[in-house]
Amino acid sequence: MSVIATTGAATTRRATFRRLAVWLVSAAVLLILPQIFTSGLAVTVMNQMGIAIVFALSYNMMLGQGGMLSFGHAVYFGLGGFFAMHMIDWVDQQLFVFPIYLTPFMGGLFGLFMALVIGSFSTRRAGTVFAMISLGIGELVAALSLILVVFFGGEEGVSGDRTTGPGIFGFNFLQDIEVYYLIAVWVLVAVLFMYLFSRTPAGRMANAVRDNPERAEFVGYSQRTVRLISFCAAGFFAGIAGGLFAINYEILTEQNLNATTSGGVLLMAYIGGIGYFIGPIVGAVIFTLLQTVLSGYTDLWVLYVGLVFLATVLYVPTGLTGIMMMHVPAWRLGRLRSLVVPYLTMVIPVAMLFCGLVGLLEMFHYRNGAPTGEVEMTVFYVTVDFTSPLPWAVFTALTLAGGYLTRRLAPAVAASFQAATSYDAKGSSA
Amino acid sequence: MTEPAIRLRDLRKNFGRTEIIRGVDLEIGKGTRHAIIGPNGAGKSTLFHLISGKYEPSGGQIFLHGEDISGKLPFEINRQGLSRSFQVTNIFPRMSVFENVRCGMLWSAGYRYAFWRLVDQLRDLTEESERILEEIGLADRRDIPAGVLTYAEQRALEIGITIAGGADVIMLDEPTAGMSRSETDQAVELIRRISEGKTLVMVEHDMGVVFDLADKISVLVYGELIATDTPERIRGNKAVQEAYLGTAEEAEEMADA
Amino acid sequence: MFELILFSILNGLVYGLLLFMLSSGLTLIFSMMGVLNFAHASFYMLGAYFAFTMSGYIGFFPALIIAPIIAGLLGALVERYGLRHVHRYGHVAELIFTFGLAFLIEEVVQFFWGKQLQDYRVPEVLDFTFFEMFGNAFPAYKAFMLLVSIAIFVLLFAVLTRSRVGMIIQAAITHPNIVAMLGHNVPFIFMATFGVGSALAAIAGVIAGPVLGTGPAMAFELGTIVFVVVVFGGLGSLSGAFVASIMIGLIQTVAVALDVSVSDFFGLFGMSFSPDDFLVDVWTITLPQIAPIIPYLMLVLMLIFRPQGLMGKRES
Repeated sequence: MSVIATTGAATTRRATFRRLAVWLVSAAVLLILPQIFTSGLAVTVMNQMGIAIVFALSYNMMLGQGGMLSFGHAVYFGLGGFFAMHMIDWVDQQLFVFPIYLTPFMGGLFGLFMALVIGSFSTRRAGTVFAMISLGIGELVAALSLILVVFFGGEEGVSGDRTTGPGIFGFNFLQDIEVYYLIAVWVLVAVLFMYLFSRTPAGRMANAVRDNPERAEFVGYSQRTVRLISFCAAGFFAGIAGGLFAINYEILTEQNLNATTSGGVLLMAYIGGIGYFIGPIVGAVIFTLLQTVLSGYTDLWVLYVGLVFLATVLYVPTGLTGIMMMHVPAWRLGRLRSLVVPYLTMVIPVAMLFCGLVGLLEMFHYRNGAPTGEVEMTVFYVTVDFTSPLPWAVFTALTLAGGYLTRRLAPAVAASFQAATSYDAKGSSA
Repeated sequence: MTEPAIRLRDLRKNFGRTEIIRGVDLEIGKGTRHAIIGPNGAGKSTLFHLISGKYEPSGGQIFLHGEDISGKLPFEINRQGLSRSFQVTNIFPRMSVFENVRCGMLWSAGYRYAFWRLVDQLRDLTEESERILEEIGLADRRDIPAGVLTYAEQRALEIGITIAGGADVIMLDEPTAGMSRSETDQAVELIRRISEGKTLVMVEHDMGVVFDLADKISVLVYGELIATDTPERIRGNKAVQEAYLGTAEEAEEMADA
Repeated sequence: MFELILFSILNGLVYGLLLFMLSSGLTLIFSMMGVLNFAHASFYMLGAYFAFTMSGYIGFFPALIIAPIIAGLLGALVERYGLRHVHRYGHVAELIFTFGLAFLIEEVVQFFWGKQLQDYRVPEVLDFTFFEMFGNAFPAYKAFMLLVSIAIFVLLFAVLTRSRVGMIIQAAITHPNIVAMLGHNVPFIFMATFGVGSALAAIAGVIAGPVLGTGPAMAFELGTIVFVVVVFGGLGSLSGAFVASIMIGLIQTVAVALDVSVSDFFGLFGMSFSPDDFLVDVWTITLPQIAPIIPYLMLVLMLIFRPQGLMGKRES
């Protein structure tokens, strides 16, 4: 008995240590990143990523953890941001003294307050009704933001100056890189607390209510209260993300709380994988990259994002993180190497299919919108004449051949995946 | 005379114009094992749903330890010390087996909606959950998602969640439904152990289980109680034999057809 | 005042019946399959765009028939190869799927037709004044819209109450499992319902396109109102959807027509407000300004006081 107890304690200690290590490594990575990606654009993108990470994780406190699908989460992001922006303005007008780097917390509190007000009636139900209410509230607030000019600033929005007020360690957040470190600290703290929330009784019961609200009621929990708590927590962290947005961009407009932003955060969380804590982080990083980098190359980036999203919903409901996690058993069994060759054979046809499709879409798009007389287009460093039939034929052939080969090879790849992950496959006896 | 654990007074329930429970009066004494039997469609599950708060009574009253609980919500009734299982397995499928049990005891252990304590640091909960897993024979399934357990294992987990909170009144809705002979025997032993010193109410079709476990049996036919007595006397009761066995034969005929 | 009321009511009816054409399909799909189709209004948009492009070649009236048929077939395909596939992951996944679909359809429409509003006009045959009263004209096209909507409404009502198919649909709404036991091909019924619902939405798009404008945002603009209608009327209730459609149609039209502000209202009670009040935005709000948000306010109030909706029985 005592032996078991000590080994138990040892495992717990090792697990605690490993968990601590994850956070320390994350902090170190955040610290080093700007040394690797030094360009101004990179810092801008990373700032945006940080904000998106907090926002997407807060969204998943509802969808992934609590089973509540919201189409209006931008409301709490935006309201928190507007409030933080006003705080910055008030500090600037010397109404009171408040450190700017703490305004995200005030944004969070405002988001929490609004979530409490709205959640008091919207969390009565989960599922479809909750989703529709969130959509309605989202539209309501977005429309109100154009009417209530004093708070929302109308069409122009509200802007301010983040360098005002007392600084910290001599930083006044004049440079983007200073804002980067501020956001990095906030991201780390917010992510840590969101993780810890999922390990509290309230967080565990959120999972339980997601899985089976009826049963949760029969073990003493009001499903409505459980949902309301998750909802408020999500509003709080969304407000923090909004406050970070206010500091980073120094302006908030109707766009920050409308349906597009609400839809964007759903896309991020879902593509990343709502079943895993880190899923939305992965999603936020990738979505931000698409949004900032891909949009520089093509007008059609939103279409591509939409296609990726729909493909995720249809074929990979566990998201990108789910795909990674699928390989954990193979890794544990030491069979990851057996997957390298099958995956490599798959890369070529998939790439063909992908290039062919993108080529066709882009050419069609250019032909539609090109000024008369223009016959050449350059996309992704490739220049083609979209009036000649040759590129059309090439891209069509690529698409068809890639599609055919992908279909042909898919079963074999699936089979090798099966072999690599199943315990009773030969080789596992060793 | 002490107050019974559960007392029903002229309890009624109708759905639209259909009366399912038609005036049930019943007292279930503290610390007894009470079985409710009756032919299909007699309203046994409805009675369970009424007592546990899933349905609201159309008339009459329900007392738990002398306190009127009629019309209260399930979680309120649960907090007063009544815990129930379900006929159709009702667990948290995506959470681990261990977490299923732990969720069952969070409220009664006093942690309520706390968002400032970490569950993994609550040693008492962990130990108690592990003890229950041991008891229901799922200790080696501790960390797998409950949704992938076998049917019999899920039934055991169902009981595990039900008893986790330490409620003193336990209601089991057909705990051995769909089990094989040996699984049933195990389940009976389990139920006997966990109901030690508690009030147990159960609906059960398997007469072997009923006569093996119950101190008292109530017979429900078409929403009315026709008898409540000790197992020996129920066995000899004419009205019960007619009502119950008659329809049972019908049921068999229907099954054969 | 009289003419204002008359014209508001007529316009409100036109708009309300249009809403019903969308909300009826949405309600039917929801009742049978348990899915609130987020992409429903996208088929409305597709109807308008298809008809716009086709009417250039074959004229408006053939397009009025063919565009909804194509949209309906697309809807059936979406059910067959999309929704049915996602069904196994549960209702939330289905809702997310339809959301993604709505997102994608908007992008696809922009891909083919561009971001700008299309020059989709009222057909010349119907481009005249139907009647004139107190100097206000009621265009013939609106009368035509009214006529088509009523025809669809009558047809839907007749099919649901008189025909065998209608019986099956009604049975499927109340007892989805029993219909399967009766030997009806439920997957096919689902596909057909989804197709017909999409076609209904497309008809609405064909006739509303020239009046409300044909652009990539049209689906979302009307779509959210339609969701409000079905939740307000009570999810799954056709009669609730009907009442809510007409109500919201009338209220929104009347609100646009009545130019009064909040301070006007309080002025009736002899109260007045200074223009430099902090809440100045609130006092100067006029009814036409808040007309677009009235449906959402109604939704919120309904959910606070009667969560199951006007005529809803289901608790979600």
